[in-house]
Amino acid sequence: MAEAPQQQQQQQEEGGEKEEEQQQQSSPVEKTEPDEGAEEPKEIAQTTPSRPLLSMRSMSSVDPDDDTPNMIVYRKIEEIITRIQDETDGVPIRTVKSFMTKIPSVVTGADIVQWLMKNLSIEDPAEAMHIGSLIAAQGYFFPISDHVLTLKDDGTFYRFQAPYFWPSNCWEPENTDYAIYLCKRTMQNKTRLELADYEAENLARLQRAFARKWEFIYMQAEAQVKIDRKKDKIERKILDSQERAFWDVHRPVPGCVNTTEMDIRKCRRMKNPHRVKKSVYGVIEEGTQSQSPIHTPSHHCRKGTKEDVEKEIVFLNTQLDRHCMKMSKVAESLIAYTEQYLEYDPFVTSPEPSNPWTSDDPTFWDLEASKEPSQQRVKKWGFSLEDALKDPAGQELFLKFLESEFSSENLRFWLAVQELKRIPQHEVAQRAQDIWAEFLAEGAPSSINLDSHSYERTSQNLKDPGRYSYEDAQDHIYKLMKSDSYSRFLRSNLYQDLLMARKKPETEQGRRTSLEKFTRSVGKSLTGKRLTGLMQSS
Amino acid sequence: MACQGLQKGETLESLKRESETLKKKLEEERNKLNDVELHQVAEKVEVLSALSIKTRRVLKGHGNKVLCMDWCKDKRRMVSSSQDGKVIVWDAFTLNKEHGVPLPCTWVLACAYAPLSGLDNKCSVIPLSLDKNENLAAKKKSVAMHTNYVSGCSFTNSDMQLLTSSGDGTCALWDVESGQLLQSFHGHTADVLSLDLAPSETGNTFVSGGCDMKANVWDMRSGQNIQSFESHESDINCVKYYPSGDAFASASDDATCRFYDLRADREVAVYQKDSIIFGASTCDFSLSGRLLFAGYNDYTINVWDVLKGTRATILFGHENRVSRVRVSPDGTALGSASWDSTLRVSWSFSTGSNYIFRFIKLLFWVNSRLVLEFTVAF
Repeated sequence: MAEAPQQQQQQQEEGGEKEEEQQQQSSPVEKTEPDEGAEEPKEIAQTTPSRPLLSMRSMSSVDPDDDTPNMIVYRKIEEIITRIQDETDGVPIRTVKSFMTKIPSVVTGADIVQWLMKNLSIEDPAEAMHIGSLIAAQGYFFPISDHVLTLKDDGTFYRFQAPYFWPSNCWEPENTDYAIYLCKRTMQNKTRLELADYEAENLARLQRAFARKWEFIYMQAEAQVKIDRKKDKIERKILDSQERAFWDVHRPVPGCVNTTEMDIRKCRRMKNPHRVKKSVYGVIEEGTQSQSPIHTPSHHCRKGTKEDVEKEIVFLNTQLDRHCMKMSKVAESLIAYTEQYLEYDPFVTSPEPSNPWTSDDPTFWDLEASKEPSQQRVKKWGFSLEDALKDPAGQELFLKFLESEFSSENLRFWLAVQELKRIPQHEVAQRAQDIWAEFLAEGAPSSINLDSHSYERTSQNLKDPGRYSYEDAQDHIYKLMKSDSYSRFLRSNLYQDLLMARKKPETEQGRRTSLEKFTRSVGKSLTGKRLTGLMQSS
Repeated sequence: MACQGLQKGETLESLKRESETLKKKLEEERNKLNDVELHQVAEKVEVLSALSIKTRRVLKGHGNKVLCMDWCKDKRRMVSSSQDGKVIVWDAFTLNKEHGVPLPCTWVLACAYAPLSGLDNKCSVIPLSLDKNENLAAKKKSVAMHTNYVSGCSFTNSDMQLLTSSGDGTCALWDVESGQLLQSFHGHTADVLSLDLAPSETGNTFVSGGCDMKANVWDMRSGQNIQSFESHESDINCVKYYPSGDAFASASDDATCRFYDLRADREVAVYQKDSIIFGASTCDFSLSGRLLFAGYNDYTINVWDVLKGTRATILFGHENRVSRVRVSPDGTALGSASWDSTLRVSWSFSTGSNYIFRFIKLLFWVNSRLVLEFTVAF
């Protein structure tokens, strides 16, 4: 393979480059902002005692103009990661002496949890552990003795990931790279670097898949081992762990979440194809395209044409003419609505007799569906005409009331028009005509009372009948019902009897029932949301 | 109301300048009405007694990420769609799987109780019947066609019309029977990710949210964009109306949820925390509108006090992103779907209030029995 020696050389050069950089950074150095789109690895190894002087600016490699959803999150995490490593305000990162060795550049899980709680205003340590675990799972810090990336609130040691390996660098490492990595691990004799079971399985699979170019991979691995050997022992420990953590993100332990998975709807605009990094070791898989098929150039937002801006101007002018409500009024309205329905909200007030989910008893559902509504349900019909009509029992009662007043045609018309809007398109024209015949035509059997203006408009609409032909008329009739019939309905005996539950008492049972009802209403006014005082003491 | 700049020869630049001026003016006008913040007025509202919400049902059966779920009107059945290409109907109360429909497209992004839409740019309606032996997949009917993926769909109060949102930047209203396009809605400048119909029986509007960070309110009859809200800093993944229909909430990749009122024509609350840095993908209101449940890409569900702007509680449990949360039709439970291939059902467990009420009830009952015995004895 004539290619190989060349590549080896390339490797060595790259490796040399890496080496150089590290040597530079082991002495205090002013860290400048990384170049946008720069391809060189920027390894900032956390060396022992003397930490390189890092500028207070974020080490973030996210392009500030990149507003894709993933990058937004990375930017936030990187800001946290920068702060957490700060010399004065961050966590204590130390070298820990253990038996015959030193463990460089580590911090305990407990320290991280404490820092997160303090700096992200978190009250519950469980929450801090959760967000910490997520940041670890994304690849920003890792436990030094585990492949599984979670944060524990104890003495477990963690290390921070090198910015070179940060996800914001758009890593999409290929399988050849992973193969080189696993291969090189097998060449190192230290027991701590032995492959885990799943890694051994992965290696076996890759050996089968890359059978024909295994020699090449092996040589690459050897070259990497040579490069690694040249490094300082402590640095190697750190770099090895960071490299392993990188692969824990991109080739996670089976059963662990692969945090590199993306929401497919957003894939199209995800990454600038030129920024995508495919290889840690400088090896591009032969025969693969230089960019993934999903990375199409992002001309995502439609450009604003003259027409678009003109439309926008018309729209803005319409908005300026709109009459809006003051915030104070809006707030009162929202609060009033919520307060009114609070007793019907099972998340706030326990339903009677019980929440079916809690008690495994569907009685509540049966009661709600029954034709014999509970007092609570009947009460709701009094909130608005809409609430009354929404409940089939309420609608029935209202209709009954209207019939007693000989004005049921209004509701029937309203219901017919609602139905008109719901039927298949091909039935609309006929149904519209039927409605006209029933409610609006001369001598119609259920003639409704429309003002002449609406009447004119509606008959015009009917020349080309559609599902919205009766909108004006329906609106008018609804308002009529609301202001006139509905308020009388609420005062009627028909409704009041049901509301006050003036039913025949069933002897003693009845007595108890009314007592129960009394205690229930007392209970309700005492408990629920007004029981805050008692709540606090219990 | 004619636009002053719509003369021939007006350049794009001058039009843009005019648009900017109008935007500033609009902002000024709106700010004049901003005399107080919602959470300030809400200080007088009683604090909610400590919510105790627990997850007690975990529905396992999908082989891959669950992307969408919805409740059936009977308040206990759910339908879910997954990347494994299946749609499953569950009885969440008994944990039984009732139907399993394999689909040709593996990315089924949205399902409402019956219609399904996905990355094949189509929205299909599958009639569900109680006959388990029926080959339901064969009865599938293609209804909506967009030029890009269909991100969301909703029935409009009946089985006969379907409203869809799409990655092609538009929304559309379809007649199910014929597949005819009844109305299309243009205005978003990027993918539309979510839509929600106004809850009112008398209303004809819906709200949509998209990758252009805008939430738009539309008139279904005319196809017009009635109102527009732009305050998020990234994609809006979900929009949901407040139960009264006067306001709506949105969940976004900028890690916030926001609350907009239509009458004030502005954002009235932002729900955010320093510790929440991952995007919110989904949201839904409790029945009274007091609570907003939001699912995030950090695997949690945060429950917000809508009026006060604070977080009421947080639900852990899912082991990957939460893709969808939905409150059941009668408000008794919360269903959530996740990339961890499970669905979970959570609800509020009675606080101490119930015990105290029962105690009082007992007192009265004991009292009444004593009175009875006493009266009888005489």
